[in-house]
Amino acid sequence: MASLTLAQKILSRHVGREVVPGEIIACPVSMALANDITAPLAIKAFADMGAERVFDPARVALVMDHFTPQKDIASAEQVCISREFAARMGIIHYYEGGDAGVEHALLPELGLVGPWDVVVGADSHTCTYGALGAFATGMGSTDIASAMALGEIWLRVPVSIRCVFSGEMPPFVSAKDLILWLISRIGVDGARYKALEFSGAAIDALSVEGRMTMANMAIEAGGKAGLFSADAKTLEYCRLAGYPDPQPVAADAGAEYESEVVCDVSTLQPLVACPHLPENVRPAREADCGPIQQVVIGSCTNGRIEDLRMAASVLKGRKVARTVRCIVLPATPNIWKKALAEGLIATFMEAGCVVGPATCGPCLGGHMGILARGEKCVATTNRNFKGRMGSLDSEIYLAGPAVAAASAVAGRIAEPGML
Amino acid sequence: MKFRGKTHKVGDHIDTDAIIPARFLVSSDPAELGAKCMEGLEPGWINRVAKGDILVAGKNFGCGSSREHAPIAIRGAGIPVVIAHSFARIFYRNALDMGLAVLEVGDGVDAIADGQIIEVDAAKGVIRNEDTGALIPVMPFPEFIRAMLEGGGLVPYTRKRLAERKAQ
Repeated sequence: MASLTLAQKILSRHVGREVVPGEIIACPVSMALANDITAPLAIKAFADMGAERVFDPARVALVMDHFTPQKDIASAEQVCISREFAARMGIIHYYEGGDAGVEHALLPELGLVGPWDVVVGADSHTCTYGALGAFATGMGSTDIASAMALGEIWLRVPVSIRCVFSGEMPPFVSAKDLILWLISRIGVDGARYKALEFSGAAIDALSVEGRMTMANMAIEAGGKAGLFSADAKTLEYCRLAGYPDPQPVAADAGAEYESEVVCDVSTLQPLVACPHLPENVRPAREADCGPIQQVVIGSCTNGRIEDLRMAASVLKGRKVARTVRCIVLPATPNIWKKALAEGLIATFMEAGCVVGPATCGPCLGGHMGILARGEKCVATTNRNFKGRMGSLDSEIYLAGPAVAAASAVAGRIAEPGML
Repeated sequence: MKFRGKTHKVGDHIDTDAIIPARFLVSSDPAELGAKCMEGLEPGWINRVAKGDILVAGKNFGCGSSREHAPIAIRGAGIPVVIAHSFARIFYRNALDMGLAVLEVGDGVDAIADGQIIEVDAAKGVIRNEDTGALIPVMPFPEFIRAMLEGGGLVPYTRKRLAERKAQ
């Protein structure tokens, strides 16, 4: 037996033999996922393929989260197509309305993904589940249609980059800063066709939610997957979520990596990715861009309860600048309820935030927070491409929840230490 | 697979929000999406493009979201082939699935400028720049991909696999 990376290890189990980087495999999948933008195309391709039923009605998830609550007639009709398909196929994990949340926050919370799984989704941020020790990767709708029909997908086994994070995190530095640091270090195509594999004392110390923030943005370095070992914390998280019998997984000592990146997190400070690429990273203290008009706290990257706690700790007893609209979108109904019970929602409202439903909404310029010409936004989301959140002449600055909240108060880019 | 047309050159890291902004994703119709192709890069870009023209891009073309609407928009705009220094992974898969030819040429892309006439022979693995006479080699597809493409893409591939299973 050779020593295997996490990617090799998980994929090998699914195909029933040892796989090597570079080979193309037909790999059985544990879960196939689509959303209200990508499902309708997948459903059309599914019909074109002559498929009559999904491979397993319990292993397909459809989450209506992008243009929901339905923002216009066309987007409402996209949801109708998905709902009707789910009913016809007997798909168990169809989520809409008050059951739905941002897919990559929702599926882990519902115990639908876990260690050793292979998850494919028609959404680029499907890589989030790597945080749980799953090999998870995004694809297009037709690939997902094929996976829904066959229960397998063709994949090229990726080489892996080992990313070792050591040291203790300074106050207000979070998982978002670690992943922004990495993207700035290797570039937006630094992991193209490759898997990122995270390890080190700082990763061990990180919560499962923090790991999800990091795995989520593997794609922003071009990565196919962002993988973490499933340790005691992962197993505890999965058990609480109701995932059946989660098992630990770790890379073998002596596994071969294409390259290695090392970071001592104790040297990091809160970071910001400036327009118009996630690799344009600067310390928040040196990223002043003048007045900002919008802050978004939410998304599959940073819309979980820990993120809201961190934002609320900064906003408590403070006011959002009058010239800023600060939009808080807890990523799932459960997170919303927790935030309500913990008094976080009250803190946000007292600070003058707009608190909205669980939706991807503004992250992709869909709705609920669109930028006008000349406007600037600090967002805890994942992409700052030109025009993504609205006008082509607007700007997005990506940051963690602490910087986003502090910026809302300051009316310009700030970290909590500057308030 | 042979193509000949006028080039439209774009830069590095052209993302899917540039190729087709999310606000247009309420449709999956090639003509509707094609009319908005590159609207996130430059409004009205499509007006310069004629059917059969060729898109030439820098590094990491198609980075960002998994939206298949991106290759659909390019095809809908009448562009049959994209030549790039390199492609983002999900876009590359999607393009092949959608029957949009995507050719990775590395630094060879520097030998093509905006507005030139080029001839692409994907089978022979060569691009000829008619304006300069330059010949640019093309990286071949992996064998599995070539077989899938020759079979007509992922939809026929899956249909065949389903039929095989039924027959068993």
